[in-house]
Amino acid sequence: MITAERKPFDEIYGLTEGHDKVLVAGCDTCVAVCLTGGEKEAEILAAELRIKAKEDGRDVQIEHTAAIRQCEWEYLDAIAAKVEEYPVVLSMACGIGIQSMAEKFAPKLVLPAVNTNMLGMPQEHAVWLERCGACGDCVIGETAGICPVVRCSKSLMNGPCGGSHDGKCEVTTPEKEDIDCAWALIWERLLAQGREELMLVNRPPKNWSKSSSGGPRKMVREEAKPV
Amino acid sequence: MADEPTAAAAAAAEADSKPATAALPANEGFEPEIIVFACHYCAYAAADLAGSMRLQYPSNIRMIKLPCTGKLEVIHLLKALEAGADGVYAAGCLEGECHYLKGNLWAKKRVGYVKKLLEEIGVDPGRVEMYNMSSAMGPQFAETAREFTARIRGLGPNPVRPREGFTAHEVVLKQMGDLAMPDDAGSDPTPGS
Repeated sequence: MITAERKPFDEIYGLTEGHDKVLVAGCDTCVAVCLTGGEKEAEILAAELRIKAKEDGRDVQIEHTAAIRQCEWEYLDAIAAKVEEYPVVLSMACGIGIQSMAEKFAPKLVLPAVNTNMLGMPQEHAVWLERCGACGDCVIGETAGICPVVRCSKSLMNGPCGGSHDGKCEVTTPEKEDIDCAWALIWERLLAQGREELMLVNRPPKNWSKSSSGGPRKMVREEAKPV
Repeated sequence: MADEPTAAAAAAAEADSKPATAALPANEGFEPEIIVFACHYCAYAAADLAGSMRLQYPSNIRMIKLPCTGKLEVIHLLKALEAGADGVYAAGCLEGECHYLKGNLWAKKRVGYVKKLLEEIGVDPGRVEMYNMSSAMGPQFAETAREFTARIRGLGPNPVRPREGFTAHEVVLKQMGDLAMPDDAGSDPTPGS
């Protein structure tokens, strides 16, 4: 799932300055599941913005809406009538949804209210961990189902490095929490699978051209195209 | 439900209360509108008891009855303030005694989150609060009402108060729709029965 975090309120409020009609648009798929940008959160942000604007003596009309998915034209059609009423849209979707909205309603001003941060999974309720880097060349078949691209701090293809101690990485999160060493996890699971010889495979440098380094990616499924 | 406070009772309440910000003027003459989201199983019954005991508490209190404070969402607290309430609080069961096990703990977290949101937008976070009480705590219900009213009187009117008079309660009730329970004090205490 794509996860995102709401931008700081001051930054969002700053984006609305100079505008007198703003629509906060939520997206009820990924960002709703990570409790950042669904309809509920859009309603909360719109209420916050209205209160702040009223405090500041600004005469601004701020409402909210939500699409089932902002990243698909059909779902944007469903909210088009409302969107057309507003010259400025604050989108709470991931970067994909925001761009879809901006393209669909161009040249309308569509602004981001969230920072899209990762492809993650909910490890427990309200905690998300990064699990995939969308690198375009998956290696987890050889690494016991654990992705070294995003779960190793250095994205090493041949780990672990000297910074691995007692199963922990020498790098910590910005909150100073320990990070599990991905290669220690890989070793332990390969051992449990009886496939530890895979640790001896020398993997060549990764071909990053299949990732975003190769330019914008495009996927076409000819067999699925409408006839 | 609240009796009209006499001048003496109001003075006593003023003396008993501990305003959140002592430096603020008492804002004499300002009558705040306060929305209380009260749990059916505890605070709402405690309010009933306070009434039966003829305890006086400020008539500024406007109650909205919920089956559990766990039903309260962040947006309801924000909407109450936006609708012009000067203060809002949730009154749920004592911790560990929620009829639905953890509803009051969820409410506590949500109130805490709203405080954070209010700080972001420059509204005093003291305008929202979470209280806990049992259905037997009539005097505490009255005391909480006095204390919170004094706090809000100290903070002054809600900066976005859009109107004269007390109207936020109606607006919030309408917005909450079926989430709020009908005001039927004295009826069977089981929701839905």
